Amino acid sequence: MTDITFNGRVFPCADGDTVLEALTKGGAPVASSCRSGVCQTCLLRAVAGPLPEAAQKGLKDTLRSRGYFLACQCQPTAPLHIEGPGADAAPLSATVCAITPLNRDIVAVELRCTDLPLYRAGQFINVFRDPQTSRSYSLASTPGLDPHLTLHVRKFDQGRVSSWIHEDWRLGDTVTISGPVGECFYLPSNPDQPLLLLATGSGLAPLYGILRDALRHGHRGPIYLYHGSRHEDGLYLGNELRGLARAHKAVHYHRCVSQGDVRADLRLGRVLDVALADHAEVKGWRAFLCGHPDMVKQARKRLYLAGVALKDIYADAFVRAPA
Amino acid sequence: MTEALFQKIGGEPAVNIAVDIFYRKVLADDRVNGFFEDVDMEKQAAKQKAFLTMAFGGPNHYTGADLRRGHSHLVKRGLNDTHFDIIVQHLSDTLRELKVKPEYIAEVGALCETTRNDILCR
Ligand SMILES: Cc1cc2nc3c(=O)[nH]c(=O)nc-3n(C[C@H](O)[C@H](O)[C@H](O)COP(=O)(O)OP(=O)(O)OC[C@H]3O[C@@H](n4cnc5c(N)ncnc54)[C@H](O)[C@@H]3O)c2cc1C
Ligand code: HEM
Repeated sequence: MTDITFNGRVFPCADGDTVLEALTKGGAPVASSCRSGVCQTCLLRAVAGPLPEAAQKGLKDTLRSRGYFLACQCQPTAPLHIEGPGADAAPLSATVCAITPLNRDIVAVELRCTDLPLYRAGQFINVFRDPQTSRSYSLASTPGLDPHLTLHVRKFDQGRVSSWIHEDWRLGDTVTISGPVGECFYLPSNPDQPLLLLATGSGLAPLYGILRDALRHGHRGPIYLYHGSRHEDGLYLGNELRGLARAHKAVHYHRCVSQGDVRADLRLGRVLDVALADHAEVKGWRAFLCGHPDMVKQARKRLYLAGVALKDIYADAFVRAPA
Repeated sequence: MTEALFQKIGGEPAVNIAVDIFYRKVLADDRVNGFFEDVDMEKQAAKQKAFLTMAFGGPNHYTGADLRRGHSHLVKRGLNDTHFDIIVQHLSDTLRELKVKPEYIAEVGALCETTRNDILCR
């Protein structure tokens, strides 16, 4: 048991509880979404007291050095004085400027942001339905190529945020988003390294941005993109991706379905299995894994065991927010 | 004293390289990988870094009691001396691959040995 002082009030924190849990139990709820250390919605700042290492994992050095931490990952072992995040995490306003269906349940949403934040293709933003309810959506746009931020949003029935986006958003609406977050992006440091991009469903969004970003930076090594879904109608952007593969010899695009018939342009199997069947030797490659948490988890492990270095595995698991 | 060993092996950069090789060996070894089955790989990699830093005599804040607490659920699942030896073997193999001098590898082995009773909760 230890104490947390938040905005001048003292909250008891039971052993094993996170700061997020302690503040919520004490009647001072903090906005949060994924509660697994990914979305950075619950960012707070420590002004005094030691922070466990896990509480700052994945944060930029600039935030880390100023005491920022994730409330959902912080199990304090000694008294902690904390404050709200202030300007660094202040939400931004954006205008909905295009909504385009990509397939039966995914739409592309373009957002115009007057202070377009600096971002890297593959990062994500959080979309706020209200100050307590937000969800993460990856950026499919590429800085320097696209004028706006683009999201690919898959509709979930009864989804608090995704259904709202699909049903209620209209062109010209002003919406509230966070700045760009996340570490899943392309770095131009090793332009000859083969890249393996595995996506399921709307996990294509960040990889579409990363693929075009790598090409824009003059990546020379081969780029293998595997996009998977249960059925063919879950795939999308096929024409654009085939076009990229035709225009760039280095780009190889594979459409995978886990059920249905095999056809010339369609591979049968899950993305990871298909990719590993094609490539026995992946040592020294860089991998980007986005979409279903199970795919990301398995791919991380099998690619690592196959010889991909931990530092060369970039991933965003689209984890669900708890009810 | 052990700080010096940590520096001789190459400090934190060496740990970062070693963890990649070491953890791959562990996960590929059916005799011990069951203990690592359910843990999240990213978090696990961070913990293995903590383990290697400690085994190399680097700065860490683990006490014997921490090590007991951290492995007691594994002891309940059957963790024993054989598993301990296998892990230490993977560690020395890793260091050999990285061309660390045999006398330093022996020092790492000796350092691991001092934790045996805590790891196995005896
Ligand atoms: C880093 C990150 C990036 C993401 N990027 C994208 C993206 O680019 N595009 C995108 O569409 N989504 C993305 N997501 C997922 C997104 O944040 C939401 O989880 C998703 O839109 C569901 O939220 P909701 O509010 O609509 O549903 P909720 O209200 O949270 O859930 C409503 C119902 O839908 C079910 N449900 C929710 N998620 C799933 C799921 N994955 N599978 C099956 N059932 C589910 C729930 O069980 C519940 O019954 C990302 C998530 C993370 C963490
Ligand atoms: C050589 C002596 C060993 C030392 C010094 C050691 C040290 C450590 C350390 C420091 C941690 C991180 C604890 C934490 O921060 O939570 C850890 C975790 C772990 N160790 Fe060891 N370890 C040793 C042997 C073993 C052996 C023999 C096994 C099993 C075969 C093992 C399996 C694990 C597992 C599975 C975890 C993660 C526990 C979890 O997250 O649930 N360790 N170890």
